[in-house]
Amino acid sequence: MAHGFDAWVLTLTTFTPVVGLALVLLIPKVEEQTIKVVALVTSLVTLGFAIYILKNFDYDHSAKLQFQVKKTWIEMIHSNYHIGVDGISLPMLALSAFIVVLCVIYSWNHFPEPHNVKAFLALILLLEVGMNGTFIAQDLILFFIFFEIVLLPMYFMIGVWGGPNREYASIKFFLFTLFGSALMLLSFLAIFFKAKNGLGVHTFDIPELIAAGKGAMTHGVQLMIFGGMFIGFAIKVPMFPFHTWLPDAHTEAPTVGSVLLAAILLKLGTYGFIRIALPILPEAAKSWAPWIGLLAVIGIIYGALGCLAQTDMKRLIAFSSVAHMGYVMLGISSLTSFGINAAVFGMVAHGLITGMLFFIAGSVQHTFHTREMSRLGGLLTQAPKMGWILGFCAMASLGLPGLAGFWGEFPAILSVFSPAAGLNEAVFRAFMVIAAIGTVLAAGYLLWMLQKVAFGTPKDEWKDHEIHDVGTAEWLAWLPMLLLIVVLGVFPGLMFKTTDGAVKNMVDKAFHPNLSEPVGAKSSPSNSQPTTPTTATSGG
Amino acid sequence: MLAAILANPHIDWLAISPEVALVGTILVVLIADLILPERESWQTSRIASIGVLVSLVFVAVLATHDAVQPLFGGSYEVDNYAIALKGFFLVATYVTILLSIDYISEGDYYQGEYYFLLLCSVLGMTVMVSARDLITLFVALETISIPTYVLAGFRKHDRKSNEAAIKYYLIGAISSAVMLYGMSMIFGLTGETKLSAIAAKVATLPDSKLLAVAIFLSLLGFAFKVSAVPFHWWAPDTYEGAPTPVTAFLSVASKAGGFVAMLNIIFFGFGGKPNMWWGVVWILAALSMTLGNLTALRQTNIVRMLAYSSVAQGGFMLVPFAAYGIAQSHGNHEVAQSAFQAVMIYLLIYGAMNLGAFACIIAVARRTKTGAIDSFAGLFQHSPVVAVLMSIFLASLAGIPPFAGWFAKFTMFRSAIDAGGGAGVALAIIAGVNSVIAAYYYLNVVRTMWFKEPVEGAQPVQVTGALSAALVICSGVVVAVGVFPSIFGHIADVATKLSGG
Repeated sequence: MAHGFDAWVLTLTTFTPVVGLALVLLIPKVEEQTIKVVALVTSLVTLGFAIYILKNFDYDHSAKLQFQVKKTWIEMIHSNYHIGVDGISLPMLALSAFIVVLCVIYSWNHFPEPHNVKAFLALILLLEVGMNGTFIAQDLILFFIFFEIVLLPMYFMIGVWGGPNREYASIKFFLFTLFGSALMLLSFLAIFFKAKNGLGVHTFDIPELIAAGKGAMTHGVQLMIFGGMFIGFAIKVPMFPFHTWLPDAHTEAPTVGSVLLAAILLKLGTYGFIRIALPILPEAAKSWAPWIGLLAVIGIIYGALGCLAQTDMKRLIAFSSVAHMGYVMLGISSLTSFGINAAVFGMVAHGLITGMLFFIAGSVQHTFHTREMSRLGGLLTQAPKMGWILGFCAMASLGLPGLAGFWGEFPAILSVFSPAAGLNEAVFRAFMVIAAIGTVLAAGYLLWMLQKVAFGTPKDEWKDHEIHDVGTAEWLAWLPMLLLIVVLGVFPGLMFKTTDGAVKNMVDKAFHPNLSEPVGAKSSPSNSQPTTPTTATSGG
Repeated sequence: MLAAILANPHIDWLAISPEVALVGTILVVLIADLILPERESWQTSRIASIGVLVSLVFVAVLATHDAVQPLFGGSYEVDNYAIALKGFFLVATYVTILLSIDYISEGDYYQGEYYFLLLCSVLGMTVMVSARDLITLFVALETISIPTYVLAGFRKHDRKSNEAAIKYYLIGAISSAVMLYGMSMIFGLTGETKLSAIAAKVATLPDSKLLAVAIFLSLLGFAFKVSAVPFHWWAPDTYEGAPTPVTAFLSVASKAGGFVAMLNIIFFGFGGKPNMWWGVVWILAALSMTLGNLTALRQTNIVRMLAYSSVAQGGFMLVPFAAYGIAQSHGNHEVAQSAFQAVMIYLLIYGAMNLGAFACIIAVARRTKTGAIDSFAGLFQHSPVVAVLMSIFLASLAGIPPFAGWFAKFTMFRSAIDAGGGAGVALAIIAGVNSVIAAYYYLNVVRTMWFKEPVEGAQPVQVTGALSAALVICSGVVVAVGVFPSIFGHIADVATKLSGG
């Protein structure tokens, strides 16, 4: 348990936005400038706390929960306010705090109709509470609450500030997720009643359940509970065939909504797999892994083909999310530390890269009032800076080595070459081949989009239009992301160093109970620099 | 026994002080209405609310007081469970009075009689929670019901209100008769009217068709009272026709009265013979949730929508009863407490969020004079505070954290999963699917408020002082309990442990 300020810092990271939210609500609607400043300061302070955690985190013991706090919350149902971060949650928490700041900056002069600065920023802050909270929760009920808190703000964001088809998209997003979380909650309850902690007491505590859950349930019960959770998390990821809400939600959402959705909200699902489903129900995970892998590769191919059929730039990026999250799930389905490290890396990389792509799509829409690729073209001559940034992000997204995208995608594919013991190698190697084909398709659709939007000569209809290139607010919001994409691409060890200890510890406990390697042993994939050919990923 | 009581009528006045305070208030209201001139008759609302608060003070005194012995030969208990629910009913009534003040004084209504009838019904509720005897139970139920028949028809120049009253009265009378018939059979089988004695006898009786019919008929009576499907069809018409504050009262307090009666009779009476009733309750729960929600989807009038939603919410509240029966039939007695708690917590939370939603509806309808869901269009643009509050109440009804409704649903799910077995898990899954269906129509109202353009010339909604007080109380409870569920959890915990439920 942490002491002093360390005991408070996670709580502050989560609930500072509530203070900002209250302030924003108190300021009259017309004082837009004040509201913006308050929201920005709040998100910066929150980021400050996150940076404090990044700085003081003990990277040599990343498997250990740090800044841990455990206080009684709902005594009657044995649920505690148990929070803490380890190497898996830390990058996600930092990403969340980071992206929110950039979203507030980007919003500065990009408020979508019907404007209403006050409500828009209030919702972003509320969203941040749910996102940060999910990544620090170490109690199933607490996790569930935070997981659900993000629903309403995103629903309103899509429904009020979204595109023409916003009402349909918002309710679809809401009902899909709610259905998943209802099943998830039932699964949590089933775990509660089936498992007991070391003292023989029923518990919702995640670390206690990981330590004690094994063997407490019959295989059949584990399979059913895992199934309930699987649907809950898979809808959020989203995995094929639960993905249909995603293209609609992304297409209709305002730019900032799309960014937050892609960068953070989708990760709540994959994070749930890594944090809860795999370690608590390892036996069931092994039985489910081939199916997860199968759906993941279907998602990769289906998402890619879906991209090729789009005419709307934003919808194309949305479908590319389905494909990219497929790689993350493929890494997870290998049940190896190699694959799961890649998955966590992929989550952060996808958050940055796809987040950036949505920002650009938003700015394109802001400038041209359309995202139809047939009407666009020649962005490089109209707005060269934006064009180059789009090119850069497309390269990062298709997994060019040296940029962040590569380290999520390539090791994930490689990891299924030798999945965890007990999984059928032939099946997983088939997945590997299919996933590799997916990368070619990814190169195809991203370059196709680039060609349609950035290359060529501008259409005549834009002749008399004044085209704005990247402005100050955009630079401020985008530069940090672009830098991180490069930094993580060149020094992937920064991330792998953080995650590896925690991932290895989790995998060893769950899937190699007999091995007792020291916690935090160093054998990250970053040390095994790629010696394998990278032709498949370097389509550009 | 009776002779002994009559010969030595020892009455613990403190134990029944809340009821005495209510009776006193009822008389004062009646007399005040006679004396006060027409334009001063709004004073009766003030008298009524003060009386309710005084009664509430007595409840608070009882809560801190040592345990009270059973009264009237064990047919009347003032244990923690009873005290907690008395508090709930009185607070719910106070909020109902707040909702009524402007509505009743602005319309052409008899004010004194209105508050007189309301308080009589509440008196029945406070008696109901203490009733541990079939006869007391029945008398309490009738005391709750009869004033509400009149209240439902209070808009006497409106045909819909007349229809509401007639339907409600006929159904109420029939259900009372059916229930009384069932109770008489139970008396015939056991020779007892006291629930504890019945419980002891019933557990030893052999399973017989007569016993099954007796239990079935008494449960049917309650099914009418709590408007469980297929005995629900009076509810939408009655809710729509009755004055809106009365509808709020019917859907919260009066419904809760029916559930309390069920808690008493099932947990204190029939617990030993679960096989005789859990199947019936399981079917009632599943049907109420599913049909209530599916019908609510199609409603265009917000009061009718909430009527069907309250049918569905009643179905959710029946789930713990079924869970208790399932667990009892497996010989698992640990579920009793969590099921009992689940019903209590659900009642408390449902009361706060439903009254809150009605407070918003009354506030909006004061200006729009209609109950159409479309009349809420664009509310967020011209009256953001009411829109946000209404969204909170609806989100809570849908069970979305961090608003209290999630905890109600959670405890309900918990009891079902805890009971286990195919039947328990199946009911939990039905409830899970239903909570998603319900979210659709609750969010439909939210969507109308936030995403639609207001009709031309829409003016901001004016919220009167009394209505804002009601809104503050309800939203305070919904948010506080949502974030710190221990507040109600603790009440339910203490109440059930000490009453041995």
